Amino acid sequence: MIERRPVANLVSHFLLVIGVLVMAFPIYYSFVASTRTVAEILTPPLPLWPGAHFVDNYVQAFTGSLHRIGGVNLGTLLFNTTVVALAIAVGKIIISLLSAYAVVFFRFPGRMLFFWMIFITLMLPVEVRIMPTYQVMVDLGLIDTYTGLTLPLMASATATFLFRQFFLTIPDELVEAARIDGAGPLRFFRDVLLPLSKTNIAALFVILFIYGWTQYLWPLLMTNSNDMNTILIALRKMVSFADADTQWHVVMVTTILALLPPVLVVVLMQRWFVKGLVESEK
Amino acid sequence: MATIDMRNVRKSYEQHEVIHGVDVRIADGEFIVIVGPSGCGKSTLLRMVAGLEEVTAGEIAIDDRVVNDIEPAHRDIAMVFQNYALYPHMSVFDNMAYGLKIRGTPKDEIRRRVDEAAAMLELGHLLERRPRQLSGGQRQRVAMGRALVRAPKVFLFDEPLSNLDAKLRVQMRLEIQKLHRRLATTSLFVTHDQVEAMTLAQRMIVMNAGRVEQVGTPHEVYQRPATTFVASFIGSPPMNLVEGTLEADGLRFRCTSGDHIDLPQARHDLVGRALVLGIRPEHLLPADDGLVLTVQLVESLGAESFIHTRLGEAGPELIVRAGGLAALRFGELVSYRLPADALHWFDATSGLRIDA
Repeated sequence: MIERRPVANLVSHFLLVIGVLVMAFPIYYSFVASTRTVAEILTPPLPLWPGAHFVDNYVQAFTGSLHRIGGVNLGTLLFNTTVVALAIAVGKIIISLLSAYAVVFFRFPGRMLFFWMIFITLMLPVEVRIMPTYQVMVDLGLIDTYTGLTLPLMASATATFLFRQFFLTIPDELVEAARIDGAGPLRFFRDVLLPLSKTNIAALFVILFIYGWTQYLWPLLMTNSNDMNTILIALRKMVSFADADTQWHVVMVTTILALLPPVLVVVLMQRWFVKGLVESEK
Repeated sequence: MATIDMRNVRKSYEQHEVIHGVDVRIADGEFIVIVGPSGCGKSTLLRMVAGLEEVTAGEIAIDDRVVNDIEPAHRDIAMVFQNYALYPHMSVFDNMAYGLKIRGTPKDEIRRRVDEAAAMLELGHLLERRPRQLSGGQRQRVAMGRALVRAPKVFLFDEPLSNLDAKLRVQMRLEIQKLHRRLATTSLFVTHDQVEAMTLAQRMIVMNAGRVEQVGTPHEVYQRPATTFVASFIGSPPMNLVEGTLEADGLRFRCTSGDHIDLPQARHDLVGRALVLGIRPEHLLPADDGLVLTVQLVESLGAESFIHTRLGEAGPELIVRAGGLAALRFGELVSYRLPADALHWFDATSGLRIDA
């Protein structure tokens, strides 16, 4: 690594390029397929260049009605998924911030008990508690609602723990200075703690948005109506065992559009939180 | 403008009492320095006045209003912390304005008061900066500015200068003095540094192990230390303290080591008591027929030298201050006399001063 030899350079670049191709090719191929007709996709050899049906296919995906997913168009799916991912990310951040704030800055009876209760839920991922959670959601009549889709995924020990660790690094004197300045608990939270947590919130948002966007098992259980499907569920439903029954070009359009928002969030937010890291204010 | 009254103030953590009853009355506009070694409870006492620690027993009154159960924000105090405790995400202006903003002070009033404080502390050109863009001394000024703009009844300083380098410390010390002269706000200043205590204080409170050892002006504390602790804590190097008893004639002081010191004046009243004899290094005067001491070590500081000496073979060590550079070698014999008016007497068991 320290040595700079042309041959080594060449080899390492070659390997990197291979790696990039292996990673990027399937995505590129999805895009190519999303611009062609079913017939073209199903006829070997595989076409390697984008076809002429880009506009047709995308318009069809947004306006057309695929009978396999109950005639719901792509706009609805994207909207559902965005709502779910945002609600989970924002909800988790709010709940974790508040619970970490309570656990770190307030002395109340059972403080450590609550902390450990939150902590222990780390050992209980969604899959483990899925049956009782499902039962509760059914009893509350929350099947096919956004609440049902997001609420059980919001409690997060990881995020609470992360904020707790961050809050513990805030010097006591800062808290005391705020008390003397007359800032009450909520004021302190809003004026001091939140601005200082900016970078942490940004990083968590990225992780949690993707977490929410890629949820599969829970939305699968919680949605009966096609109107409430998230994009991943719909994508799965679009694909049939028989090629003839699968609208491959629409599947590919859906795949590309399912990929875009998380990529956008990462690209946009990354700039934001790298900036935050560089301008570290501690 | 306010008085502070501490009446039998005590503090315990669970069963462990750390402050054992402090009784002090601070007059309006006084600058009081609380000084003591680390762990003596001086910061705890200050934090109780601030309202950051609960008072276990006793009363603290600011301006004759008992504040035991009043939130820090409503005590009309301002505090300067050792680590400055500036809000890292706010500009200097916002840091100073924050307390006023919370109190709902009108915007133009905030602007006026911050500008005024900034001018006083020469911070005018830094108002838009963030704390991390400032040097230690500038941060310290901002912390003081934050206290100033509130125009509180009482200023509390918790070792505000200990994070600064030596030169800045001297400079800030002078500025704090100037500010106090100008504003005459009652101030309570905690430090472990006796130079700060001596130079800043109008009166000082010397604390040790949760007790007040002495309250008095720097002169009183220096000239008439109330206990052996104060005698050894204030003054650099500290006062020489020798344990022993007076012989029957009241003229010869017999040290516990067996060596003796002849006194210039008989003290018949002290005969038969276990005593501690104290004398400051600068009060030992060279004399031909004085106390003969063996030189152990010389510290030359240029303007003055401290000669560490020993009385006899295994007798007490005495430090002598000599002007200028002392050219003495290990083992040399020197002779000093003890002026009668420079001797301090303490009771060896209680450590309390014995006055004539």
